[in-house]
Amino acid sequence: MAVTSHTSTETSRRDFFAEAATVASTAVAASADSVDKEARFPTESIEALKASKLLGAMIRPELGGGGATISELGRVIETLSAQCASTAMIYAMHQIQVACLVHHGETPELLDYTRKVAAEELLLASATTEIGVGGDVRTSLCAIEHGGAGRYTLTKEAGVISYGEYADAILATARRSPDAANSDQVIVVVPAADRTLEQRGSWDTLGFRGTCSLGFLLTAQGPLSNIIPTPYADVSAQTMLPTSHITWGHVWLGIAEGAMAKARAYVRAAARKSPGITPPGALRVAEAMTVLHQFRALVHGAARDYEEALDDPTRLTSMGFAIQMNNLKLSSSTLVVDIVGRAMQVCGISGYREDSPYSLSRALRDAHGAALMVNNDRIYNTTAQMLLIAKDV
Amino acid sequence: MSVEKIRSLIAQHGRLSIDIEALKNADDLYRAGLTSHASVNLMLALEDEFDIEFPESYLKRGTFESINSIGMALAEITGDMSMAN
Repeated sequence: MAVTSHTSTETSRRDFFAEAATVASTAVAASADSVDKEARFPTESIEALKASKLLGAMIRPELGGGGATISELGRVIETLSAQCASTAMIYAMHQIQVACLVHHGETPELLDYTRKVAAEELLLASATTEIGVGGDVRTSLCAIEHGGAGRYTLTKEAGVISYGEYADAILATARRSPDAANSDQVIVVVPAADRTLEQRGSWDTLGFRGTCSLGFLLTAQGPLSNIIPTPYADVSAQTMLPTSHITWGHVWLGIAEGAMAKARAYVRAAARKSPGITPPGALRVAEAMTVLHQFRALVHGAARDYEEALDDPTRLTSMGFAIQMNNLKLSSSTLVVDIVGRAMQVCGISGYREDSPYSLSRALRDAHGAALMVNNDRIYNTTAQMLLIAKDV
Repeated sequence: MSVEKIRSLIAQHGRLSIDIEALKNADDLYRAGLTSHASVNLMLALEDEFDIEFPESYLKRGTFESINSIGMALAEITGDMSMAN
């Protein structure tokens, strides 16, 4: 093991961005419109990501993964999102679950499972929300029940499990035991063989239509060793909160990049038609680029800050850091709507049309999901609470 | 005496899922149902009751893990070590 742990040198380092760019310009670009129109799972895109070994990108090389940093993953997500935000969001949600395994799955059984995720390029989903808790993922009603012989059973009315039926495993939150408090939660890794899913409701939304975020009744049984030993409260604060907001931030940024690419192409085409006359949209593009550069600095900077904080547990668990991550979500989810709106101004009716190469319909609909998926008002409330007592922010 | 005050503030603001009387001083408050939301309210009530301000270094999960750990934090902040008992 000591030998293999040193194989990830600078010279052998993978270019994750280039790999993602290839997948994005082929399978993802080709399927994005039909995924959106039919609100279907982006099978071709996810298969292409698997073929490029990008699902296991974040797992340590000694466990068979790519050893990507969160900044590198962010660039992958951004690149995918410029073509298809649903694919990028699925990839982001998968990586959040991988991060939980990478940072908290330290038992021999869970390390074995992490190796399997890398070797077989498994797709992970999440069941954190539950009917009856008012959207508060830090509360569970369902509980892990010990079935004897080192096994558990679990039944959860999951309000949403995005791409649940396509996932090779679902990471579900539950109370530690039937007599545990609602906030005393753990995460259990539920491979497809250990579960049944009974579909509840449908997923017919404005945007992010390919994420297939349906509700399910999840019933699971399996070995107790599939439970992550770290309490969910710690997993949530140290890993899920930062990786969620950073990976989502890159999804929103990618939407903005895609919209601006269209706006710039539109203005360039106009400029070519009448050289010497600066098209009216050019000024708007210049203006919008200043906002896009702020957006890039915000999202890329947050990823670097998180990488630095990984070596500093005090910083990672501080209120100041939690507030910074909350603010990343609040700012980036607002900026994406702003940028797509500006791109629409530039492209005019061509951007408004569904049947034009400059159509911004999908970008506009996806962009508005950003502030609603984990509602910004909920996050503002949490931050407002923390600011009552936090000092160094 | 401060332990009784801490207990009374936990009873008012902790929103525990069990009765405060059943809770021992070393018991894990999070396992007893203390949420991060409730811990903020508890902290504000403690700041008011003891006329203190929790410095940044105390704004962590460990500070509110048990009645004992709250007592220890108050003792360190006020310099009155009797609060740790």
